[in-house]
Amino acid sequence: MKLSVWTYEGPPHVGALRVATAMKGLHYVLHAPQGDTYADLLFTMIERRNHRPPVTYTTFQARDLGADTAQLFKTACLAAYDRFQPQAMIVGASCTAELIQDDPGGMAETMGLPVPVIPLDLPSYQRKENFGADETLFQLVRALARPMDRSADVTCNLIGPTALGFRHRDDIIELTALLGDMGIGVNVCAPYGATPQDLTRLGAAHFNVLMYPETGEAACRWMTRELGQPYTRTVPIGVGATRDFLGEVAALTGRSVALDESRLRLPWYSASVDSTYLTGKRVFIFGDGTHVASAARIARDEMGFEVAGLGCYNREQARMIRALAREHGVEALITEDYLEVEARIAELAPEMILGTQMERHIGKRLGIPCAVISAPVHVQDFPARYSPQMGIEGANVIFDTWVHPLVMGLEEHLLTMFREDFEFHDDAGASHHGAAATPRTPDPDAAEAPDSGGEVIWLDEAERELRKVPFFVRGKARRNTETYASERGLTRIGLDTLYDAKAHYAR
Amino acid sequence: MTAPAPATGCRDVPVLAERGQQEVFCGLTGIIWLHRKIQDAFFLVVGSRTCAHLLQSAAGVMIFAEPRFGTAILEETDLAGLADAQEELEREVDRLLSRRPDIRQLFLVGSCPSEVIKLDLSRAAERLSARYAPKVRVLNYSGSGIETTFTEGEDACLAAMVPALPETDRRQLILVGALPDVVEDQALDLLSKLGIEDVAVLPARHADSGLAIGPNTVFALTQPFLGGTLAALERRGARHIPAPFPFGEEGTTAWLTAVAREFGVDQAHFDAVTAAPRARAARAVARAAEDLRDRSVFFFPDSQLEIPLARFLTRECGMRAIEVGTPYIHRAVVGPELDLLDRGPLLTEGQDVERQLDRCRGTRPGLTVCGLGLANPLEAEGLATKWAIELVFTPVHFYEQAGDLAGLFSRPLRRRAALRLEAAE
Ligand code: SF4
Repeated sequence: MKLSVWTYEGPPHVGALRVATAMKGLHYVLHAPQGDTYADLLFTMIERRNHRPPVTYTTFQARDLGADTAQLFKTACLAAYDRFQPQAMIVGASCTAELIQDDPGGMAETMGLPVPVIPLDLPSYQRKENFGADETLFQLVRALARPMDRSADVTCNLIGPTALGFRHRDDIIELTALLGDMGIGVNVCAPYGATPQDLTRLGAAHFNVLMYPETGEAACRWMTRELGQPYTRTVPIGVGATRDFLGEVAALTGRSVALDESRLRLPWYSASVDSTYLTGKRVFIFGDGTHVASAARIARDEMGFEVAGLGCYNREQARMIRALAREHGVEALITEDYLEVEARIAELAPEMILGTQMERHIGKRLGIPCAVISAPVHVQDFPARYSPQMGIEGANVIFDTWVHPLVMGLEEHLLTMFREDFEFHDDAGASHHGAAATPRTPDPDAAEAPDSGGEVIWLDEAERELRKVPFFVRGKARRNTETYASERGLTRIGLDTLYDAKAHYAR
Repeated sequence: MTAPAPATGCRDVPVLAERGQQEVFCGLTGIIWLHRKIQDAFFLVVGSRTCAHLLQSAAGVMIFAEPRFGTAILEETDLAGLADAQEELEREVDRLLSRRPDIRQLFLVGSCPSEVIKLDLSRAAERLSARYAPKVRVLNYSGSGIETTFTEGEDACLAAMVPALPETDRRQLILVGALPDVVEDQALDLLSKLGIEDVAVLPARHADSGLAIGPNTVFALTQPFLGGTLAALERRGARHIPAPFPFGEEGTTAWLTAVAREFGVDQAHFDAVTAAPRARAARAVARAAEDLRDRSVFFFPDSQLEIPLARFLTRECGMRAIEVGTPYIHRAVVGPELDLLDRGPLLTEGQDVERQLDRCRGTRPGLTVCGLGLANPLEAEGLATKWAIELVFTPVHFYEQAGDLAGLFSRPLRRRAALRLEAAE
């Protein structure tokens, strides 16, 4: 038993729902109590979908338990087929139905429905949402895809985008264009927008583009084995990764790399003098493994940030993230407990967080700006405008998104110069955020203070001086000074210590 | 002003009982407002990752600040041996209570998985109560989706509190139902002006409120979904004051009248106290009703507020009800409402969502009141909708909120009228 307040991932059947909802012509019959229908709102409200997810819940009740929940499932299955006439169906159990062991898969097989019915076995008490999506897509592909002749032109499949994914909708468009520039067409994109019939044509592609390992890797592996299709390993988020990705595609297809850079702005924006202030900004990165790895590379190599810490919530990617952390000289945080993430962020006092909607809230509480880079996301992360993460436009979008929460360069200087100004004081936050510039928690320093308790004591004059340091660097100044003091065996921090430390860490 | 009561209301109208796919939240959802209302309580759901995910999705980002609820997620090991699960639960509770010394009441909330594996939460609550008395009281109830829909979770929670209340002989009134504080204060103020002073509220905001109950207690429900709590209160000797619910000018007046009659308030005094707020409420409702009048309304089942709201919309706002779907009809509770609701609409209890959608599309109502899973898809089909959960999360009771209540229904219609996305010509 484990106490949880907020979770990064839902149960595995929600992953299956993300696959089903992304597709057309597929129907999901889920053996589940009525309360589980809440999952519909994830799609209709958070993602603003204008259709109900294609799912029938059997909604058994307590009084059915003694009687015949199995019959209920059969009836629901038949009714769903009659009403929706899908090309294929998936059937499975939610956490409660798993306990009553009705075996939806076995029952559905005996019902003689005239379309493929694919049973899902998603262990609710062991696995989570991403696994559910990955496994569902894998089972669908395994059931429906067959070896066949390759298409005459070079084509690929885009694998992994689902409903409720972070910018999946726009990444598909960006990648399709990117590949189109190299003369490579998209055979099937799955699950997003695909029908079961489309899945039967997967084998015609020359290779697969694994867009999101979290939700597409098992399917890609199977297709390599059974259909002889290689798949790409680089996720093209960021300028460098996009170039690497195209290199990989070139190697797979024998074509030469073609990249239209006329719209690529990140490199110049990052090089222009206004961006100098971004140098060495300490960022903490947390999310799903794939997006964290991409963000870490962009942060260091393309924005000039310093990665102060990183981690992921999906254990499936723990090894990769640990290796990445070593490369950055930081300790990886692998957890799905947001309280641990919050504690780590408070301890590291980064200048910015790149995270999920959870970290956005942590940032609000700690007074640290945050940009969202990964699911889970909320309604505001499904923008009306085109805003991919992948490819050229993705890089542009990322530059803007990450810079937006920060105080801009010149403003940073002005705040330092006039830090006692009654209007233009630092607690007002970045001026371009208007009313949204929420003040920090009532006493932000109180949250940081306990760390310093024990060994080092701040003398009044130094504490007062520290308060004059603009908020966005105050945490760092405090930490640096304390580290400096404790390295030298000092127990008290006075004005001199503060400025000695400042000189020591000057860069 | 509203029409006289219909000669024949809906009390004896046959009800279409549906048994198909239900598209309604489970009772766990009530925790979202209950944990704000009862300020020293913690709600510990014993369930699965699904339960945790439901709470998170229903709560959205509204209350991210460390909430007073959580889910003890059952794992493989807990499912294997039941004795372990009890111990594990106690360990989690120990840890929780040592971290949150401000907690005075702990609710162990059952879920579908905990019920299917027959985890005995009442035994756990008893043992933990003994350990933590008198500082923390530990109670249990079920919010599971196999036993409760949406608002029935609050009913189960309040009902669980009743047996533990101390005994009193006081002649007193208890208001039953979790209302937003501002609304509750208005209600207490109105009652006090009527001269009814000994009034308590269930649930109380704090454990040490002194709430007690006995044979001289009378109570009035402020929410229609509290049938179980009603029965629990009657078992303690308290007496129910049946009344329509305080929605709108008419509902509030009828509700207050029933209470005033019980306490022998004379009519002249009653009129003097209520005249001004009544007039204000009627004016506010009339303004919003301009957009609602003569339109039809269709209710999908959600919170059990549907029957009282249909009464309000038809009698005070001039709407025509086509179908009033509700998860459960508790006649002892909504009888007075059914008397006021004119015949005509189809009353349905339970749900078969696909068939109900067929009926809804067939009649193309002017406004459809439905859950979050259905609202956007129906809007995309061109139907105006009001998402029902807002009716539970927003202050809508009593005179001063009557206009807001009507406004919740008229806003989607006004919005549709306001948007112009065609080329100007
Ligand atoms: S319906 Fe049951 S399993 Fe689903 S969230 Fe509610 S209590 Fe948990």
